Amino acid sequence: MEYTLNINGEPVIVDVDPDMPLLWVLRDELNLLGTKFGCGIGQCGACSVHLNGSVTRSCLLPISAVAGTNITTIEGLAKKGNLHSLQKAWVEHDVAQCGYCQSGQLMSAAALLSENPKPSDDDIDNALSGNYCRCGTYSRIRKAIHSAAGDLAYEVGGETATIGRQNVTAEERRA
Amino acid sequence: MNTIDVSRRQFLKVTALGSSGIMLSLTVPGFAATGENGGVLIGSGDLNAFVKIDSDGVITIYASKPEMGQGIRTSLPMIIAEEMGAKWEDVLVEQAPIDAERFGNQSAGGSTTIPRSFQQMRQMGAAAKAMLIGAASQLLEKPRQEFDAANSEVSHASGRSFTFGQLAALAVKQPVPSPDELVYKDPREYTIIGTSVSGVDNLVIATGLARFGIDTVVPDMLFASYQKCPAFGGRAVSANLDEIRKLPGITHVFILAGNGRQDQLMSGVAIVGTSTWHVFNAKKQLKVEWDESGASKDSWEGLVAQAEAVQDKPAANILNKGLVDSTLHARKNKVVESFYTYPFVAHATMEPMNCTAYYSMAEGSAGVEVWAPTQAPQGIPEAISKITGVTQDQVTVHQTRMGGAFGRRFVSDFVCEAAAISKEVGKPIKLTWTREDDVQFDFYRVGGFQKMKGAVDRKGKLVAWDQHFIGMRQYGRPVMGAWFSPGEFPLPQLENVRASQTLIDIGTPCGAWRAPGANTHAFVVQSFIHELATAAKRDHVEFLLEIIGEPSWNGKAWSLNTGRAADVVKLAAEKSGWGGRMPEGRGLGLAFHFSHAGHIAEVAEVSVDKNRQITLHKMTVAVDIGPIINMSGATSQVEGSVIDGYSTMLGQKITMENGRVEQSNFHDYPVLRIGDAPEIDVHFLQSDNPPTGIGEPALPPVAPAIANAIYAASGIRVRAMPLSDEGITT
Repeated sequence: MEYTLNINGEPVIVDVDPDMPLLWVLRDELNLLGTKFGCGIGQCGACSVHLNGSVTRSCLLPISAVAGTNITTIEGLAKKGNLHSLQKAWVEHDVAQCGYCQSGQLMSAAALLSENPKPSDDDIDNALSGNYCRCGTYSRIRKAIHSAAGDLAYEVGGETATIGRQNVTAEERRA
Repeated sequence: MNTIDVSRRQFLKVTALGSSGIMLSLTVPGFAATGENGGVLIGSGDLNAFVKIDSDGVITIYASKPEMGQGIRTSLPMIIAEEMGAKWEDVLVEQAPIDAERFGNQSAGGSTTIPRSFQQMRQMGAAAKAMLIGAASQLLEKPRQEFDAANSEVSHASGRSFTFGQLAALAVKQPVPSPDELVYKDPREYTIIGTSVSGVDNLVIATGLARFGIDTVVPDMLFASYQKCPAFGGRAVSANLDEIRKLPGITHVFILAGNGRQDQLMSGVAIVGTSTWHVFNAKKQLKVEWDESGASKDSWEGLVAQAEAVQDKPAANILNKGLVDSTLHARKNKVVESFYTYPFVAHATMEPMNCTAYYSMAEGSAGVEVWAPTQAPQGIPEAISKITGVTQDQVTVHQTRMGGAFGRRFVSDFVCEAAAISKEVGKPIKLTWTREDDVQFDFYRVGGFQKMKGAVDRKGKLVAWDQHFIGMRQYGRPVMGAWFSPGEFPLPQLENVRASQTLIDIGTPCGAWRAPGANTHAFVVQSFIHELATAAKRDHVEFLLEIIGEPSWNGKAWSLNTGRAADVVKLAAEKSGWGGRMPEGRGLGLAFHFSHAGHIAEVAEVSVDKNRQITLHKMTVAVDIGPIINMSGATSQVEGSVIDGYSTMLGQKITMENGRVEQSNFHDYPVLRIGDAPEIDVHFLQSDNPPTGIGEPALPPVAPAIANAIYAASGIRVRAMPLSDEGITT
């Protein structure tokens, strides 16, 4: 079946089985690889994306159910080359260890901030309760969200890390 | 010592890379693996790194070790940059290709990378600096002694200076300094080492552009799934292949015989198709007839019954010293007897096992190419050669970023499977394991049991210790992590002490799991010491310090230093508010463990309610691993270890029945969620010891500290993990 999707503000046409979950359309058909496969049963949150601004797990969501909606993936979180405040905070607070779950964490955090610009720790814990981090970066995730929300207690400086030249992707290096 | 002496260095060479690059290659052939610690799995040997400076001033430092979240791509380059006098902002880290001749051993694990690489990284940096100074000295015709390098510049006493970029081309032509001539920075002048530096991959991670093994895309690639016998070791006899082949998106389905090695290729059914989803779907409809005549019959309940039956029977001697029985039976002494249980657990890395492989017999490019998220890339050519028949030099391994490893990715079973499938198909394939595959075909942290007996005298002093370790064996040897040595704390500290061992045969594959051996021994020993302190009605800190004893050390790296042990215990106690008043239902629990050269003490603050629901409020951690390279990274590893240890002890348990693992995904193998994450307060005692690793040693004390805090808060003694088996939840 042919579907017209709106992904990160761009119309995209795919020809896939109606039951194919959005996760696998993104990854295997469109090479949008930032959204991760973790469990396939909606338990771990690695596959989190935004559907019309709300966070959802893409691993169980058939493509037939999302045609016509606005889909945002981690690749679309930065708008017009400007990093989302959360992405900056993630770098400043040196949140990631292995990094595999962080796309999903960021998508859940971004959905939270869009509805609740000054979340409490409990708000954060509730909003991110569907996102596993096996490396255990939870306390830094909380700090980074507070910091991105402009909470002065978590402002950059003091405890945050020096940021050097960041790695570039192979694609960028070739370009 | 794990670092390599300069005198052992055979050669230090320099080759020009293009017209404007310095490429240093330091090679130390013949450096053997050290095996004094159980966490050392793969002989780490030759260490190697190199530096390139472009005329635009970008300093490329190659990371020769794999990144799995331990932060090595940031911390090793920090050492080089420090000694070079480079500005951190000028450093670009690039992953090195797999090249044994140039880089030596490129595996990572056992918390060994920092201790084994620290001195080499310093040499790399200092050698590069000497050559840059040599170039400036030549340009100004002034003696080298009048120059220094800092902030990516070489400056002369007169005030004249050159950027590293300006010097790059000339620096290449400088003679390579002898290692004996290298001058190192005074650690008091460090500006990079010891600071907090954000990981070099943070931006690509935060923007979704970091590429893990599972993100590999190769032109014309197909997608694959592989089903092995659910009972370990069984063989595929037949399957509904014709039915599967007709399913949408399926291009190939076939049985692989395998070579019978669990760490390489076991028999199974491969399904290949046009998307991961198609092959996962088809796998659900697969019906296989298995020959289980040679398969595992393991049963967790059976292992428990066997262990309970032998707990008080005489066992193989590990250590027998002093008068154990008479002291245990003396009327004046108080005796404590306990039976401890810990389960098998899985790694459950967030990125499931996967590998992309391309077997090609095309003329001119015959061979196998693999893109593998692996901790041990250099064993792969041999394994693939055995599996596919190509020669080892026809195998190319691309090492990818790993979405967690924790010891799982030392084994390359998934790599062998991908290579074998690609050979059958004749096209590149990406094999992705389902989470169910990942949970059911792991190399597990071995479960086990320990029967403990101890006695305290009227003064409350520990006077006898009898420890019966009941572990697991395969192929006639203890499996990974089922080790019991006479050096295990506190055996060497005691006068009347017996240690013995019983090993039970199993068929379930076991492997390295973050701090192998240590992660279970610490739970038993540190909980039991608390039981004895409680029986003696003594303060736990004081009782533990008495066992640790006076400061002593045999002078060997990776061996217990009781002075450092006592220091971290005291520091953790002080920082946690030990001895202060606690509200009803809340308590502090202490544990210490030494592993991977790290001395670590932790104090957990836990409350327990009437429904046996617990909250871990805070974990205070005192660490002595010598000087810290990256403060942010080291703190992260400690934070992660606390979360991992807590997550594992709460509800993780792998059970087997009729050789099959009964858990399958995160619904029955849960990982800790953010709401249960405690505050973690980390303190580093930066002693003058050489720096050592922190990927593992902060994990072992977590479970006993929490168990002891649960007792302090509620009187409930935890002698079995996970806590959910004891009816304790969050």
